[in-house]
Amino acid sequence: MIIVYLLVLLMLAAAIAASVFKDLLSAVIAACLVSLIAAILFYFLQAPDVAMAEASIGAALVTAVFIVAIKRTKRHEE
Amino acid sequence: MQIVGILITGIGVLFLLLGSYGIVRLPDVYNRLQAGTKCTTFGALFTIIGVGIMEPSWFWKTLIIALFILLTNPISNHALGRASRKSGIPLCDRSVVDKASEFEQYKGKV
Amino acid sequence: MSEIFFLTIIGIGIVLCFFRMLKGPTAADRAVALDTVTTVTVAFLVILGYVFKRYVYLDVSLVYAALMFVGSVVIARFLEKGI
Repeated sequence: MIIVYLLVLLMLAAAIAASVFKDLLSAVIAACLVSLIAAILFYFLQAPDVAMAEASIGAALVTAVFIVAIKRTKRHEE
Repeated sequence: MQIVGILITGIGVLFLLLGSYGIVRLPDVYNRLQAGTKCTTFGALFTIIGVGIMEPSWFWKTLIIALFILLTNPISNHALGRASRKSGIPLCDRSVVDKASEFEQYKGKV
Repeated sequence: MSEIFFLTIIGIGIVLCFFRMLKGPTAADRAVALDTVTTVTVAFLVILGYVFKRYVYLDVSLVYAALMFVGSVVIARFLEKGI
């Protein structure tokens, strides 16, 4: 049960990092890690179908869409 | 059969821990990439097949997962190494050989 | 009993990869940490499925192992010359 608390703390740290980073590519990577920890937490709550949807969307689709958006705009935030 | 599975899974878990420690400890992008691709692929293969030996009716499905990891992990790590080389990240100051820049000088001379 | 030990050791590995993700100087370091932590997570999910004793739970790690390299390849293409 202590593993769940540790995973929630890691998810909080990654979410804070995603809002603090000035380089937007690093922020996208941190958001991908938030989605990964969310998939593991759904797995602990005995919901494997939700975990499967979260993993496939968070790992592939969200990263690709955000990177295409960064490509069309600027990479570094002032 | 249970003892053999626990032993193989233990070896794989130890290699996963060593790969994660190398991610923190090594000084450069390329050294970290080496720790992250070799140790982690080996450790994940042994861990997943060890679980398949511990529960013998799961063996074929765990073999398919191990095959996917063996196919996809070196491809993505090779793409990351090539990208960080082309985007101009320098090597660390303790590295002794740099074959890529030697090859580019040789190609410019001929 | 030994599964709890294995889960603890892999959890320490995930924490170490997170430390590199928070600290890394460039974006390439963070991408390497992301790729490592996905591979570690697949092994974590397989051992967790053995703890719960359900055969269906292996599907999640199967999907994750098949899809995890799309994100890394997209990040690498962006780092190289921008898609």
